[in-house]
Amino acid sequence: MIRLTRVSKTWARGGAGLRDISLHISRGEFVFLTGHSGAGKSTMLKLMYAETRPTAGEVRVSGFVASALRPGDVPRLRRRLGIVFQDFRLLEDRTAEENIAFALEVTGARQESIPSRVMRVLSQVGLASKAQAYPHELSGGEQQRVAIARALVNDPAILLADEPTGNLDERATRGVFQLLRDINAGGTCVVMATHDLDLVRLAPCRTVEMREGMIVYDSGQDEQETPAPEGVEEA
Amino acid sequence: MRLLLREALLSFRRAPLLSVLSVTTIAFSLYVVGLFGLVALNLRAALSDVEQRVEVVAYLFRGTSTETITLASQDIAAFPEVQSVTYVNEDEALARARKELVEFKDAYSDLEVNPLPASLEIRLKPGRRDAASVQAVADRLRGYRFVEEVRYGREWVEKLDRLRNIFGFVGLTIGLAFAVVAVVIIGVTIRITVLQRKREIAIMRLVGATNGFIRGPFLIEGAIKGALGGALAVAMCYGSYLVFLSQGSLATSGLIFFEPQQMSLGLLFGTLIGLGGSLVSVGRHLRNV
Repeated sequence: MIRLTRVSKTWARGGAGLRDISLHISRGEFVFLTGHSGAGKSTMLKLMYAETRPTAGEVRVSGFVASALRPGDVPRLRRRLGIVFQDFRLLEDRTAEENIAFALEVTGARQESIPSRVMRVLSQVGLASKAQAYPHELSGGEQQRVAIARALVNDPAILLADEPTGNLDERATRGVFQLLRDINAGGTCVVMATHDLDLVRLAPCRTVEMREGMIVYDSGQDEQETPAPEGVEEA
Repeated sequence: MRLLLREALLSFRRAPLLSVLSVTTIAFSLYVVGLFGLVALNLRAALSDVEQRVEVVAYLFRGTSTETITLASQDIAAFPEVQSVTYVNEDEALARARKELVEFKDAYSDLEVNPLPASLEIRLKPGRRDAASVQAVADRLRGYRFVEEVRYGREWVEKLDRLRNIFGFVGLTIGLAFAVVAVVIIGVTIRITVLQRKREIAIMRLVGATNGFIRGPFLIEGAIKGALGGALAVAMCYGSYLVFLSQGSLATSGLIFFEPQQMSLGLLFGTLIGLGGSLVSVGRHLRNV
């Protein structure tokens, strides 16, 4: 599903890069990406959604070679991913419903299918009653749920979450985390970058710890010793 | 397409102040260009009025036969520079002198012999009323045996020539400068619109919108703003024109306004600037993020 092979990334302006990283994440996994800020978690996620290219090595995501995508293919990759951020990234002047519909519209979804699909994901995140609310009328946790609903609306095989609970209080954090776990239980692969170790301790998930651009610990390493043959995991 | 149009129109509703501001900016930039165009148009009209008076007169020897004159007239009318040839015989010349030169009325009325020669009055085609053409025609006329003298107000024609050159050069330079300034100002205005929606663009990219899709609403929006600005500019120019006319002085009485064709050109210019400005701004933004 996701495979990084000997990936390095250096930024022209300096800053947290990656050094010779190899990582394989299989279909349906839930993976914590942990480490201090500056350890390279966000860089790793950015490589996965082709926001940036590696300096060396190869990144494969959902059948795409993300490290060598032509600019025109980036949107095709993004449509197979759901991406969630710490700051929600909702459009302030659109309602929850419109924010989610927007993600469908820009990908050219059939107009008739949009309302039902939007309501389905809103129910899934428990916000069906707040469809008409604007982001500023929602709590942080609720805004993040809308963002997650938006990420889910295209039925992605992979959900990438960059510190999704970083701006939330403890109760909202638990709620959002549980939601991500539920989504994962439905078969979606979830990669969540976080520095909230309490959260990591809460669930028995694979944890990949990073420090200074390198992977220093991977609780799933044992399962990875025999990598799947090329192409099989990318189905 | 419907979606693009909807998004473009929504942006007017979502940022009404900015939209009004950019339409006004476009309008004022084009208004300055338009005003200048109006001045140029009227100066040119005035100049062509003056030009129409450019005339070469060939005075003929007394006793030239009508036949010769008719043949020569046809010959001269076939010169590439020549628009028309009018023959004025001695009697007509005298009648005209009596009518036009009132001061000498008595002198002319007492004459027993008509002292005035017959002449050929030659008007030149528009565009050939410059010193060089006039000179060439005059030289050729002098070649006819029956032509006694050729007059065309040399200094005056040369002055007109200079005026035309200066006016053409200054007009082009200032006009271009105004147009460039307008394009830059409009470009900056549109850039502000793009920056204001930076966040929205970033989100669109994240959820998998293609660059073409992101560009679409901006282009439509830019074109609409440009067209609105252009229309407003034409309206403001017309307002200024009416104000000038209402002054009622001699200098403003003959003023003309743009032809409908020129007005639609202004509108088209606005639309294209809006479209082009958006294309450049969004394109640059998308390349940089």
